[in-house]
Amino acid sequence: MRSWLRQPGLISALPVAAFLLVGFAGPLLMVIGFSFMPPRTFSLAQAPTLANFTSVVTDSYYVSFFWSVSLAAITVLLLLLVSYPIAYGMAKLFGKWANLVTVLVVIPLLVSENIRLFGWVLFLLKNGILDGSLKALFGLGAPQILYSVPAIVLGLVYVYLPFMLFPLVIGLSLVPDVLKEAAADMGASRLQIFREVELPLAMPGVLIGSMLTFILALGSLAESKILGGQAIVMIADDIESAFTFAQNWPKGSVLSVLLIAFSGALVFFLFRRVDLDRIIGRR
Amino acid sequence: MTDSQPILQLKNIVKRFGEFTAVDGIDLDISEGEFFTIVGPSGSGKTTIIRLLVGLDRPSAGEILLNGACINDLPANRRPTCMVFQSLALFPHKTVGGNIEFPLKIAGAPAQRRRERAVELMELLRLPVDYYDKHVLQCSGGEQQRIALARALAFDPAILFFDEPLSALDYRLRKTLEKELKDIHRETGKTFVYITHSLEEAMVMSDRIGIMRDGRMVQVGTPHAIYNRPRDKFVAQFMGEVNTLQVSKIDERHVRARSSGDQFEVAAALDGFEQGFLIIRPEVVKIGSSAETLANRVSGTLFNDYSLGSRLQYQVRSSNDGYHWLVEKLQDEAYEGALDEEVVIGWRPEDSILVAE
Repeated sequence: MRSWLRQPGLISALPVAAFLLVGFAGPLLMVIGFSFMPPRTFSLAQAPTLANFTSVVTDSYYVSFFWSVSLAAITVLLLLLVSYPIAYGMAKLFGKWANLVTVLVVIPLLVSENIRLFGWVLFLLKNGILDGSLKALFGLGAPQILYSVPAIVLGLVYVYLPFMLFPLVIGLSLVPDVLKEAAADMGASRLQIFREVELPLAMPGVLIGSMLTFILALGSLAESKILGGQAIVMIADDIESAFTFAQNWPKGSVLSVLLIAFSGALVFFLFRRVDLDRIIGRR
Repeated sequence: MTDSQPILQLKNIVKRFGEFTAVDGIDLDISEGEFFTIVGPSGSGKTTIIRLLVGLDRPSAGEILLNGACINDLPANRRPTCMVFQSLALFPHKTVGGNIEFPLKIAGAPAQRRRERAVELMELLRLPVDYYDKHVLQCSGGEQQRIALARALAFDPAILFFDEPLSALDYRLRKTLEKELKDIHRETGKTFVYITHSLEEAMVMSDRIGIMRDGRMVQVGTPHAIYNRPRDKFVAQFMGEVNTLQVSKIDERHVRARSSGDQFEVAAALDGFEQGFLIIRPEVVKIGSSAETLANRVSGTLFNDYSLGSRLQYQVRSSNDGYHWLVEKLQDEAYEGALDEEVVIGWRPEDSILVAE
């Protein structure tokens, strides 16, 4: 036997490797294969074609792409604004109360995402909890955002908050207080300390949180369907319909492939340009 | 040193953390251009006091005056002083140049000017100029030390504070940097306020030393005065290994050791001295034939000997009370006795120091 076959690490990794090959790499390869098959066919044994790729442009699927990318970007920006102060508090100020905040953020994750989103529907509905309460108390209704883009963004921000918050907490707790003291000692204002010391050193957390929530929001489906009604169609919605309702696997495959390629390229280029080790000074 | 107004004055400074009083009423004047070192064991309050002086904490009571103006309420970023931190607090995401230029960047200096100044400081501190673009964490401990000092000097502070910046370095590097720091002090003419737990380190560098214990300043003086006239046993023992005997006064020129009953001659008893400690440094004790004619003698057996490199140390066990005497000699005046053999040690009255309890 060759020596590498006798290594216990490799042998132990075999079951997982086999599982990943069958359960992850296989389907992925099939999806890629199907993206080159003629529309509305169910076999991989046909002459490859680029018809599906051209139909992305001709059938205006790029509109769903545009919505997914824009909403994901807006979600990430809003999440950064909302989560940074909370994360700062959890990392530096709350002390033992930080655990309570963690629990409060994590508990909703135990409830299905769809159920939570339907909760928001009841909350935002015309004459619903928010609107009805405001009318009863002040005689003035709430602005109707349900079944529109703002409601989708609200849902995305709400659902993906933990995925931004916790990387930020870790990122901020990596910033030694003494460095901020030293910066202050050398005359830096709070804003300068934030810009020159805190943000660059917390950048690994910021990047990981942003990346995570961007990718999740990019592939999101439930928010646009439940809170957005028919306002817009996101790309995940198109993919789902192609595979199920339309029974057009090649169409669904091509959209999936483009989405995966886009996300993959984004992660690849960002992490290549930004050296995490260098940011936190491990090199 | 000038006789004009001190650059920094502490008036009855107190700092409490809840029930605990870390700094308990300190008065101190530091002159312009002075190298002043605060020495104390851990927990003596020296770190607390430097944080108060830098502006990272506020005193509970008392006043800190900089050039005559009270700066109690001035936050650190608005004080014209700067500190080299114990951890150095170098910015790990910046290059050597980026670190040194930081205070200039904060002050809004143009990039060209910042770079010139950084290079100037790197030359002053004997850092290779091509380190400008090097990553700080790739530099050695001694280099990082110099970068931190260069960064603090770039701020051009009225007073430069140091919080034990050498404590993490190995002995030899520390010795080199102590001297370099004193040279930098001379070259820049700035006021340096340094804290350390090592009196030896303080002795090398300082114009004056203040010794702290339990939040109070026990003694302030020149290294010479602290060495030759320690105010009490704490200060005397802080200097390093010394022979300490508990004694009481017999007459103006004689004391009696509590444990052995031996009578020793002293140069002069302190005014109003009744009892206290007789301090005899290991290096003034003679051993063997050279001790036999001295006024103060103790006989015992040679318990052990140690090589301290340039010097040799002997422990002599007194046959009277079993006290272990320390004797230090240079290599060329080595004592050639065998272990457990009878030996006489002795010292001149003027070489001993009498301190109060």
